[in-house]
Amino acid sequence: MNRFAELLDRLAYEPGRNNKIKLLVAYFRDTEDPDRGYALAALTGALSFKHAKPGLIRDLITERADPVLFGYSYDYVGDLSETVALMWPKAELPGHNNPPPPTLTDVVTTLRTLGKAELPAQLARWLDELDETGRWALLKLVTGAMRIGISARLAKTAAAALGDKDPHEIELMWPGLSPPYLDLFAWLEGRGDKPVNRDPTPFRPVMLAHAIEDSDFANLDAADFSAEWKWDGIRVQAVSGRDERGHIQARLYSRTGEDITGSFPDLAPSLHLPGAIDGELLVLRDGRVQTFNVLQQRLNRKVVSPKLIKEFPIHLRAYDLLGDDETDLRELPFTERRAHLERFVAKLDDPRIDLSPTVPFASWDELAAARADPKSAGAGDDADAVEGVMLKRRDAPYLPGRPKGPWWKWKRDPHIIDAVLMYAQRGHGKRSSYYSDYTFGVWTSGENGGDELVPVGKAYFGFTDEELLQIDRFVRRNTTEKFGPVRHVVHEPDQGLVLEVAFEGLQRSPRHKSGVAMRFPRISRLRWDKPPREADRLETLERLLMSMTGN
Amino acid sequence: MRPQDILMPVPAGLCCKPGGFHIDPVRPVERALITHGHSDHARPGHGAVLATQETLDMMRLRYGDDFAGSTQAIAYGEEIRLGDVTVSFHPAGHVLGSAQIAVTCKDTRIVASGDYKDARDPTCAPFELVPCDVFITEATFGLPVFRHGDAAGEVSKLLASVKLFPERAHLVGAYSLGKAQRVIALLREAGYDAPIYLHGAMEKITYYYQERGIPLGELRPARGVKKADLAGTITLAPPSATSDVWTRRFPDPVTAFASGWMRVRARARQGGVELPLVISDHADWDGLTATIAATGAGEIWVTHGQEDALVHWCKTKGLAARPLDLVGYGDEDEGETAALTGEANGGETTA
Ligand SMILES: [Zn+2]
Repeated sequence: MNRFAELLDRLAYEPGRNNKIKLLVAYFRDTEDPDRGYALAALTGALSFKHAKPGLIRDLITERADPVLFGYSYDYVGDLSETVALMWPKAELPGHNNPPPPTLTDVVTTLRTLGKAELPAQLARWLDELDETGRWALLKLVTGAMRIGISARLAKTAAAALGDKDPHEIELMWPGLSPPYLDLFAWLEGRGDKPVNRDPTPFRPVMLAHAIEDSDFANLDAADFSAEWKWDGIRVQAVSGRDERGHIQARLYSRTGEDITGSFPDLAPSLHLPGAIDGELLVLRDGRVQTFNVLQQRLNRKVVSPKLIKEFPIHLRAYDLLGDDETDLRELPFTERRAHLERFVAKLDDPRIDLSPTVPFASWDELAAARADPKSAGAGDDADAVEGVMLKRRDAPYLPGRPKGPWWKWKRDPHIIDAVLMYAQRGHGKRSSYYSDYTFGVWTSGENGGDELVPVGKAYFGFTDEELLQIDRFVRRNTTEKFGPVRHVVHEPDQGLVLEVAFEGLQRSPRHKSGVAMRFPRISRLRWDKPPREADRLETLERLLMSMTGN
Repeated sequence: MRPQDILMPVPAGLCCKPGGFHIDPVRPVERALITHGHSDHARPGHGAVLATQETLDMMRLRYGDDFAGSTQAIAYGEEIRLGDVTVSFHPAGHVLGSAQIAVTCKDTRIVASGDYKDARDPTCAPFELVPCDVFITEATFGLPVFRHGDAAGEVSKLLASVKLFPERAHLVGAYSLGKAQRVIALLREAGYDAPIYLHGAMEKITYYYQERGIPLGELRPARGVKKADLAGTITLAPPSATSDVWTRRFPDPVTAFASGWMRVRARARQGGVELPLVISDHADWDGLTATIAATGAGEIWVTHGQEDALVHWCKTKGLAARPLDLVGYGDEDEGETAALTGEANGGETTA
């Protein structure tokens, strides 16, 4: 691991392409199998395991270091993994027989199978054993935040250079290869035959999305992206190809490349055209997508009985096409792959496989509204199985790993607070006769010692038509003052209306009296049952803000 | 007598009223005691200067013969009475001739340590621990993220790179007083015996080190050497020169920088460094905290650097501690650092 870390460290500072290749070749030459193979996998994005959350890393350090010193250090360094790597206290290991630092192979193979509960202790052990650079690389690797500054293509080029081969040869055989690439290195070093991609149904490393943050939107242009629903199913890759005798073979892979064909014998016959579909595995009953809970009952079964197949009919909702027969489509921009996919699915013409529809939008606000209410934005009765939206750059190729920028996931996991309705304003268009824009507030300590409400946001959707009527009636009957189109609505500890407000994010805002601003707030429920005094306090939002910006 | 009656910070620097002198004054004063030759500590124009022979020599090299009204050399360990106090100089392990200054008045001893490091350095006398009541410590690397590790390991990184890129020149940015000579000495210890090239600004001070008996092997000026002949060589240069047109005389140079700041990636990237080498002239966090504890001082005054974190640490150990607001330190070779890091606030230092 230390050796690999050194390589990453050096690559990060070296600007020259040829010099990078030279560094890589030297590493491949001087490093044994299988370590160099796993390194090649890490560099090409072919490694996959569940990533650790930054919170876990933070917990590890706060258990071991003075929080004040950690704070000063983090402020100075500006990167959590690096701060922890640098200030990790030297382990006081008993005796002189300190374990050797873990190899990259140790780390990769352990992470593959390690349970979530065992991760913190294992990480701590490794951090004790590694040096500063090793710790840094380890933390970047386990949090999935490794930015190496080289492309998969460059890593393959360097591997080719090790054996004086044409990089294109490696590209062609790549889908048939898997870490730690022992056969590849044997061939490159003249010790073995050229690996042949005999597998008619190879797995292709999948492309993953980053969770989008509020601050990301400012730098993104809605016109550059296509959106589709994020289905609450299982990401799969369905691959068909012709074997040596020309017969169609079909395989279904999990997103980590695990062969799960055997669990879904009912899907295999539908994959009757050679190609590779990236899509979501769902259970459909009478054309309606079932929730993940239903799908779950089909998973991890040792025996797939006819009864199970009948009760939980499996379905593939396709959102990308990586290969069409012999043609690799991954280098094409998303819009072109999507066109290929639409033709491919039409040609398949199979009830078990359909297209994941795109969600039309012209602005982020429009998409936010669709995401908040998929039912009326096209998902219809399948809305319960939608867990957000996916954003895909129209011009992006299919890149293995989790490149930052081309794909984003925008989950529907709103934060919820109870706030008090303070002011209401008439809406526009159809709603111009209704009070449909609401300003709401939460409690904070006032200047005179008592509590007072401070406005924290405005919402104008999220409620049903029936709820709109109810709020409108409440506003008209409880107005305390009128200012043009705005009405002040009663908001006392024992009098007023509590709104459950869902929102996506929080930001500091000097423009608001409360100092915070919500992103995409909406009314999720009316809490007629709750007295205003029991609504949330500003401190709750402050804490949330800390936890959101804290790492 | 209270410690602050013996030494107190004034705009000119650390002032000792009962002794009638300033330590490392930043403005011209009547009598100055100088800890070491770095330009933020050793300035010209004082009436009388008391310092080690090496520090006086370096000031002469840098500022010319009339850099002070009069000078007096003091040996490590020698005691001199000045007014109501006794002063003595002790090795600080920072650069050749660097000293901590112990000021004793009645039964109170304050040690102004200047810049110091407790790590091994073949080019200067090792840091000497001086028990005292008040210890004045620098805090250049006063954060627990700064742990400099073994300098020899960093030098082997440099040598591995030279081996990997024999067709390229390696330029090592290093402060011309102390760091450059230490890197050269470490290269020699690692068995590198090829000639090492010097930027013009390094020559005088490096030859002075050799005169003082520090073996640095064969040194050559980089000036006038043909470009092709510099392939596979190592050249020491002031940090500012490594991003200068001066580098065009070298074949596809690898830019290294030897500094404690190289521990933090953002800092190294900011300077456009391709091969950061964590080699520091200052104590790292472990060095600072171990030294503070070992002096036995009950009161710690913290100056230039990350005072807050070190003061906090002292307090958690039950030591009285406060930041000492001295201005004007930590900007040795300010121009060099500013050029390298793009910061011109003078908050940088020899490192
Ligand atoms: Zn200094």
